[in-house]
Amino acid sequence: MEVPACVDRTLRPARVGDLTTRQVVAYRRVMAVDEPTRPERGVVAAAAYLPHWRLDRSAVGAVLGSAQGSGTRSVAGYDEDPLTMAVAAGRRVLAATERRPDALWFATTAPVYAEKTSAPIAHSALRLDPSVMAADAGPGLRGASAALRSALMSAEPATLVLAGDVRCGPAGSADERDGGDGAAALLIGSDDDGDLAAEYLGGASATGEFLDRWKAPGELRTHAWEERFGQQRYGELLGSAWAAACKDAGVEQTEVTAAALVGMHPRAAAKLSKSLSADGVTVVDSLTASIGFCGAAHGPVMLTHLIEQAATGDVVALASMADGADVFLFRVTGQARRNGPTVAEDIGSAHGDVPYARYLQWRGVLPVQPPNRPEPARMSASAAGRRGEWKYGFVGSRDRSSGAVHLPPARVSFDGGAVDDMEPAAMADSTARVITYTIDSLAYSPSPPTIFAVCDFEGGGRLPLELTDVAPADVRIGMEVEMTFRRINTADGIANYFWKAKPASGADDQTNAEPHTTGGA
Amino acid sequence: MGSHGIKDRVAIIGMGCTPFREHWESSSDDLMIDAVLEGLASAGVAKNDIDAWWLGTAQSGMSGVTLAAPLKLEAKPVTRVENYCATGSEALRQACYAVASGAYDMAAAVGVEKVKDSGYQGLNAFPIPTDGTQRSLTAAAMFSLVAPAYAERYGVDQGELRRTLARIASKNHSNGARNPRAQFRREMDVDAICKMPAVAGMLSVFDCAGVADGAASAIVVRAEDAHRYTDNPIYVKALSFVAGNGSGLLDPDYDYTHFPECEWAANDAYAQAGITDPRSELAMAEVHDCFTPTELVLMEDLGFSARGEAHKDCEAGVFDLHGELPVNTDGGLKSFGHPVGASGLRMLFECWLQLRGEAPEDRRIDTADRGLALSHNLGGYPGEMVSFVGIWGNRPD
Repeated sequence: MEVPACVDRTLRPARVGDLTTRQVVAYRRVMAVDEPTRPERGVVAAAAYLPHWRLDRSAVGAVLGSAQGSGTRSVAGYDEDPLTMAVAAGRRVLAATERRPDALWFATTAPVYAEKTSAPIAHSALRLDPSVMAADAGPGLRGASAALRSALMSAEPATLVLAGDVRCGPAGSADERDGGDGAAALLIGSDDDGDLAAEYLGGASATGEFLDRWKAPGELRTHAWEERFGQQRYGELLGSAWAAACKDAGVEQTEVTAAALVGMHPRAAAKLSKSLSADGVTVVDSLTASIGFCGAAHGPVMLTHLIEQAATGDVVALASMADGADVFLFRVTGQARRNGPTVAEDIGSAHGDVPYARYLQWRGVLPVQPPNRPEPARMSASAAGRRGEWKYGFVGSRDRSSGAVHLPPARVSFDGGAVDDMEPAAMADSTARVITYTIDSLAYSPSPPTIFAVCDFEGGGRLPLELTDVAPADVRIGMEVEMTFRRINTADGIANYFWKAKPASGADDQTNAEPHTTGGA
Repeated sequence: MGSHGIKDRVAIIGMGCTPFREHWESSSDDLMIDAVLEGLASAGVAKNDIDAWWLGTAQSGMSGVTLAAPLKLEAKPVTRVENYCATGSEALRQACYAVASGAYDMAAAVGVEKVKDSGYQGLNAFPIPTDGTQRSLTAAAMFSLVAPAYAERYGVDQGELRRTLARIASKNHSNGARNPRAQFRREMDVDAICKMPAVAGMLSVFDCAGVADGAASAIVVRAEDAHRYTDNPIYVKALSFVAGNGSGLLDPDYDYTHFPECEWAANDAYAQAGITDPRSELAMAEVHDCFTPTELVLMEDLGFSARGEAHKDCEAGVFDLHGELPVNTDGGLKSFGHPVGASGLRMLFECWLQLRGEAPEDRRIDTADRGLALSHNLGGYPGEMVSFVGIWGNRPD
């Protein structure tokens, strides 16, 4: 398409797609046409998920006899991985809006699979339509920024960007100390319904090849070059991306309200940070003291945090340094909708303290003796394929005549015997009550003992379920639980996902107790 | 249509039962041969006299060849059956029906399980390919779900219930100490059991059946032929079996304080046998005490105690060796361990001994006045189980 003369042509773009965001807005205003152009886009809804557990950094020092800093880091449960946490964040976003994505990107530095794409698992757990494309953006640190950028540039009505990460390293490593586990979900869409939580004003990227941090697949340790080299290179890239982003957005630096400068080299951002502060821009805390750096998920977590903390009209900036620099500028509309706690609320709420030895065990750094029971058999791909709605979506069936809910779905009703007269019963968002429970110290589990309860759902349906994110001593008959998507086990390299129950958020019986030790209640 | 039973139409003329042990030196073939030879000798017949065989084993072999090959049976029908932990009882049930139908003159039921070759603790089912959503609890944990539910429903203090369960274990160990075929022959007092660390819910290892290898056999003929072989045949009064439909796992109305499959099987068996008050009419009962809460709840499901009263009856000694209705006089699964395919026939073996007055004196009960015994065998888990109830008598009506 020819670019009309009335549009500022200083950059001489060849096509409308090459126009800056501000130029497109100007173009649309002047032309007053309905021709398809790059529409205004932004964040429809954003949510983070931070796991239940925290590791106190002083606990690391107490074991290793070295100073390991202060504060806590977030810790994924033994049954969580980047994908399950991303699903948890995705569920919060989709619960906050009626809009559904046309594409899904999943970013992590710690994928469960090579060869196999992980995103379809999230697609299935979120019960998205089969027409929705789902793919991984990774496995490098820059995946989330790449997915966010392409979602903002996309012509599709809406794209769901999921990012999750589990950050660990050898005992006593900086990655173990400074890393955090968590996830975020950003639903990026066009402003068709005038419902954006944050309008995208513009952004820019800068890339230059240099070796800073690297890791072979499957390796625990991340290697790093002498850090001053990376600092310097990131500083240059960040500076140029920042300047280009402000230009693209048509925003002066002084108009920016708050910025998150995200990356493995905090000092690389020192120069920009100083300049921003001098111009009255709030450089937000990177949450190191409470959760740590959540790898590929940290940018989306910080963007979620920025939007949640902003006032209407604020301009917020996410600047991410990960094998390059990516800067995104948004104007917060004040229309944020939410399901679940904000990042700040989550950080401020009660958590479970995980002892350092148990943390090491959960991450596989410290192998421990399992019960002398057979390890779980791998799941059957074809059996799981037939029951995808159940296994990934937690959809049972409801007998149309008696109303009895069947978990898993059934063809013949236990109540009245009706045959093939069931409708789907989506139960993932239903809460349940514990009817009876047990603590099993004998069963094979990645983190014994297994806590197990018979759960009756609000509105009907019963399922005996494994409980998670709870200490054995805190389980009670009558306690309220909610559903969470978890990795049950891994056998033959196959990650087996299903749903567990955990104490309902906001329920009285949420606790801050230590997780169990082996050996039984 | 109806369940009519085969009361007094079939009689048991011979039985065998190996010691239940960690039989490191014996294969499942050895155990089957030993149990069968003892049964044949007890009936005074030869293996070729048996017209048809039923073999119960859950995981120690497939098909009738598992029995036919070690015994070198010649052109005989052998059927391998499996029905969870009630597998041994199922084998007997099929043999009885085969004789009652007139299809065969003499049939044998054999049960065997070689558990201790797995290399793992406990019983472990072989994996069937699934979608990966099935629970992976131990049986101990599944049955331990009953204890808190029972305590909650009947307002029993959990500490008191802990002692009642220990008393059930202690009683069975006391009986088993008097049985040379039992695996565990040490008496355990209630305090010692209560002090054991919990491994599943409130249950310690002393609330769980042991793990042992073993085999047992029974030979059956038409009742009218029985006296050709023995002066003291044991008559089949009732055979009842229910496979639950798993609705307890789905239906919020199920409260984990009872096992409906067992209640249904018991009621059917009592109807077949013409029993109206089992507690006063039975001389004894062998029940499936896989875990102590199971035996507690069974006292109610089998009609021995009123609902919510079993814990009091257990404490009052109703089910002790010389109580009002002795239960598990041989020591039960608690003392024997649980070789799945053999257990049902092992229970029957104790009924056989007691009803014929052949049990050793130190655990013998009076079966002259009351000549009926019950054996109960279940498999699966609360909410999803199979249940067998058989009633045996030392005289026809």
